[in-house]
Amino acid sequence: MEYTPPPLFNRGPTPLVRLVLCSLLSIGLLVADARFQYLDNIREAVAIVVYPLQRLAGTPAAIFDRIGDFFVTQARLRNDNNRLAEQNLQNAAKLRLFEALSAENAHLRELLAARERIPATTTAAEVLYGGRDPFTRRVIVDKGQQSDIKPGQPVIDEIGVVGQVTRVYPWLSEVTLITDKEQVVPVQNLRNGLRAVLAGTGNDGELELKFIPLNADFQNGDQLVTSGIDGVYPPGLPVAAVSNVERNAAYLFARIACKPLAGVASHTQVLIVNWENKAPERPTPPEKSGAPKKRRGA
Amino acid sequence: MQQFESRPQTILLPVKPAFIVFTLIAALLTNLLPWSGWLLAIKPDFVALVTLYWWIQQPRRVGFTAAMLLGLAMDVADGSLFGQHALAYSMLAFAGIVLHRRVLGFTMKDQILHVIPLLLANDIIVLVIRKSAGADFPGVTYFIGSCLAGALWPSLCYLLRLPQIPKPDPDHV
Repeated sequence: MEYTPPPLFNRGPTPLVRLVLCSLLSIGLLVADARFQYLDNIREAVAIVVYPLQRLAGTPAAIFDRIGDFFVTQARLRNDNNRLAEQNLQNAAKLRLFEALSAENAHLRELLAARERIPATTTAAEVLYGGRDPFTRRVIVDKGQQSDIKPGQPVIDEIGVVGQVTRVYPWLSEVTLITDKEQVVPVQNLRNGLRAVLAGTGNDGELELKFIPLNADFQNGDQLVTSGIDGVYPPGLPVAAVSNVERNAAYLFARIACKPLAGVASHTQVLIVNWENKAPERPTPPEKSGAPKKRRGA
Repeated sequence: MQQFESRPQTILLPVKPAFIVFTLIAALLTNLLPWSGWLLAIKPDFVALVTLYWWIQQPRRVGFTAAMLLGLAMDVADGSLFGQHALAYSMLAFAGIVLHRRVLGFTMKDQILHVIPLLLANDIIVLVIRKSAGADFPGVTYFIGSCLAGALWPSLCYLLRLPQIPKPDPDHV
């Protein structure tokens, strides 16, 4: 005879069993995400579901901003207008000079048979909100796959480098700021051309030059620009200024603290740079030394 | 002793599932607001707080599914590791469901003393996950949110119970 317990007290698995199941599932997800980066598709699917909520949550602040914009005083607008007109005039003069110089530069490069520099195009994006994860330094911007944003593209503002696109969703993307602990930018000292690696510290407004020998020529106030040898950042973008150099013979390397030039923690508008460095192909390694070994192994 | 729990002798109305879903989405929305600066640093995790309320009040209706779904949504919205909130919320769900009879027997003040450690444990789980993935400890301010959440507990209980309080019956003598 079949016996089934009455459904009255049927509660399904105990909480402990459910906890173990959920924990195993979460840990599986964690490992797959952290170690193997397998989950981009699932993440994207969840992102599409969460996206309307994110926009909805951002709406009150956006409306508030708009109301604030509406009540700007005329005096302030006129001040802004004057300032911008003046700036425009100054920039125009610089632009003329720049055009002449770039024409000359192109000509000289042609003479030297050097590779042409690739012009970069930019996409303007708006910062929706700062990352809420206290362990990383990230912001979310309002352009994504639909605007042809790709992971790895550098992000700048009107002064210099802000960060790099690290994850792209259909309508949003995540920008890791250069102050993030794991973010590294290859830079060059503008004064003497020394190359170095600039790493974030995890604190706002603080960067650090890594692995600089004690006797290297870095001084307070030195401007650091991207070197471009990584093929990710276009060369010549301002990144940071050296703020403190500490040479202690007890350590192997000098401790060089820098301050980011761009408003890394405070901007609302950024530019995403679309720049593909068409580097010459890597030379194929000679196969002679490798081939016989393989045969011997087999 | 004045007990918040035993004072109203009225029998509460059954909670509507739609109301639970509404509060959970509202909590998620509150978490997704564009917080910044020091407000972000001390922001309680509203999703953890509201779901903890439901796990304690309605353990048969709100369970691990809510924990997993909300956790994954938070992970994607925060851009954190996929599954860290899901794991932490599952643990919190377990604690809430197992302790629900015990917590409800206490006064509001003593309930807070249960809620704060549970939320802190939630934080610590996230912290352990991130530390093992190579992140730095973000400082003691990381824990302030959960302590504030404990302070919000009484008002949250009051708000979420409002729809369940029956309307006074005009025919009642």
